[in-house]
Amino acid sequence: MAIKTFSVSTLPGFTATAVIVFVALYLPILTLVAYSFNASQSVAIWGGFSWDWYIKAWNNDAVKDATVRSLLIAVCAAVISTAVATMAALGTTRRKAFKGQTFIYVMINQPLMVPEIVTAVSLLILFGMVKQVTGIQGIGYVIFAHAAFCIPFAYLPIRARLEGMDLTLETAAADLYASPWQTFRHVTLPILLPGVIAGAMLAFVISLDDVVITEFTKSGGQDTLPTYMLGQMRRQLTPEINAISSMLLALTIVLLTAFFLLTRKND
Amino acid sequence: MSAAEEAQAAQSVRNGWLLSTPALVILTLFAVGPLLIVVVYSFLAPGQYGNVEWKLSLDGWRGILWTKDIFDDTYGLADANVTIFWRSIKLSILTTVLTFAVGFPTAWFIATRPAKSRALWLFLITIPFWTNLLIRTYAINEVIRNEGLLNTVLIKLGLISEPLRIIYTDTAVFIGMAYVYLPLMVLPLFAAIDRFDMRLLEAAYDLYASRMQVLRRVILPIVKPGIIAGSILVFVPSLGAYVTPRVLGGGKQMMIGNFIDLQFGQGRNWPLGAALSLTLLIIVTAALLIYVKYANRDVSNGH
Repeated sequence: MAIKTFSVSTLPGFTATAVIVFVALYLPILTLVAYSFNASQSVAIWGGFSWDWYIKAWNNDAVKDATVRSLLIAVCAAVISTAVATMAALGTTRRKAFKGQTFIYVMINQPLMVPEIVTAVSLLILFGMVKQVTGIQGIGYVIFAHAAFCIPFAYLPIRARLEGMDLTLETAAADLYASPWQTFRHVTLPILLPGVIAGAMLAFVISLDDVVITEFTKSGGQDTLPTYMLGQMRRQLTPEINAISSMLLALTIVLLTAFFLLTRKND
Repeated sequence: MSAAEEAQAAQSVRNGWLLSTPALVILTLFAVGPLLIVVVYSFLAPGQYGNVEWKLSLDGWRGILWTKDIFDDTYGLADANVTIFWRSIKLSILTTVLTFAVGFPTAWFIATRPAKSRALWLFLITIPFWTNLLIRTYAINEVIRNEGLLNTVLIKLGLISEPLRIIYTDTAVFIGMAYVYLPLMVLPLFAAIDRFDMRLLEAAYDLYASRMQVLRRVILPIVKPGIIAGSILVFVPSLGAYVTPRVLGGGKQMMIGNFIDLQFGQGRNWPLGAALSLTLLIIVTAALLIYVKYANRDVSNGH
C-alpha cells in the first residue's frame, strides 16, 4: 500500500504534461493523414471524404518513378549493409577483445556521429570527382552512399543477438565433427537469423527515409520519394503530398511492427 | 600459453579483422574517406563556376566569420554569418531545453506505467521516431501554416481575426525541431528512469523531503546519465539540421546546414562550404567527447 501512496503520479503535473505530449505528437500526423482524404484542396475547408489524391498520386508518373527508385535503392542498400554488418558482427563478438576492436567500433558507428549534411557534401565532392574522371553515371553512387550509413543500423541488432548467443552449441557441433562452414550454416545462422532480418529491416527503413544524403548524391532525374516530396514543398502544396506521406507512413508502421515482433521473440 | 594456444589466438584476431574488412572498406570509401577530401577542399580557392581552383588559400576558413571589404581589402566581421551561427546555436539550445522540459515528465509517465501498458506507450513514442523526418516536418507545416489547422481553429473560435504568422520564422523552425527530435530525448530518459529504484522515493518521503527536494536531490542525480544522453542526441542533430529549417524556415531563416548547402549551390564557394562543414563537425565532436567523458565518470562513480 505504501508504494501506492508514494506513486509517481504524486509528482505534480507530470501526467498532464505526458498526455499533452502524446496528443501533440500525434495530432499533426493525424491531421496530415486526415487531409489526404479531403476532397477539397484547402485545409480550411473539409470537402468530404475522397480517394482522389491517392488516385492522382498513383497515376503520377514522377511519383511512380520515384517510388520504384526508392525501393530499389533501399533493397540494395539493405542487402549490402546487412551482409557486411553480419560479417563484422561475427568478427567483433564472441572472441577475446583484440587490439583495434575499438577502432572497428568507431568506424562502424561513424555515420551516427557525423552530421548528415557534412557526409552529404563530402560525397557530393567525391562523386563529382569520380564522375569527371570515369564518366560513369547511374544510381550506384546513391546505393553505396546509403549502404554506408545503413551499416551501423544493421550492425547493432545483429551484434545484440550474437552477444546473447550460447557458445556451447557451436562447440558441440564442432565436437560432432561438423566443419566450420557446416557449423555456421546449420547452427550459427539459424539462431542469428532473426537478428539479421531485424537489422535488414532497420537498414531498409533508414534508407527509405533519407533525404539529405540522397539530395546531394543523386544526379538529375534520380529523385527518390523523399527528395521528390522535398522538391514539391517549394511549390503550392496539394493533398497529393499528404497521400504519398500517408502511404509511406503506413509502410513504416508495418515494418516497425514486424521488427518489434521479431526482436521480442528473442527473450 | 602454449604455442598452439597462441597460434589459435592469433588466428582468432586475424579472423576478426578479416570478417570486418568488407564493412570497413565501404565505410572508408563512402563515409570516412570523403571527409579527408573536405579537409583538402577547405584549403583551396573557389572556382569561378563552383568547384575549386587547385591553389592554396585560407579564404575558406577566414570566410566562416570574416568578410573582405571590397574597397580596402581589410577584413571585418561578417554579420550575416554571425546571425546564422547564433540562430543555429540559439535554436539548438532552446530545442534541447524544451524537449527536456516536456520529455522528462513524459518519460517518467511511461516508466511508471504497469509493465503491460508500458510497452505500448513506448511503442507510441517509437513510431514517430522511425517516421520519415520530412513527413513529420510536413505534418507540423500542416498545423502552423497560415491556412493551417491552428489558424483555422483559432479563427473559427473567434479568438483571432488574422492568421498568426508563424510559418517561415525562427519560431516555426524551433517548434518543428522540438517536434521532430522529441523522441530522441524521451527514449534515453526513459531508459534511465526505468532503472530508478522507486523505493528511494518512499525513503525520501519518509525522511520528510518535500516534492521539490525529492526531485532535485534524489531523482535528478540518478537519472543524470539519461539527461546528458538525451541532450546530446537532441542538440547534435539540431545543430546540423537541414530539412526542418529548409521547409519551415522557407529559405530565409537559415541554419548552418542550409548555409553549407548554399555555398555548394548559388554561393559557388566550395572552400567556404567545406570549412563550414568541418566547423560543424568539430563542434559536434566536441559535444560527443564531453558526453563520453561524463558518461564514463558516472559509470566509474557508480561502482
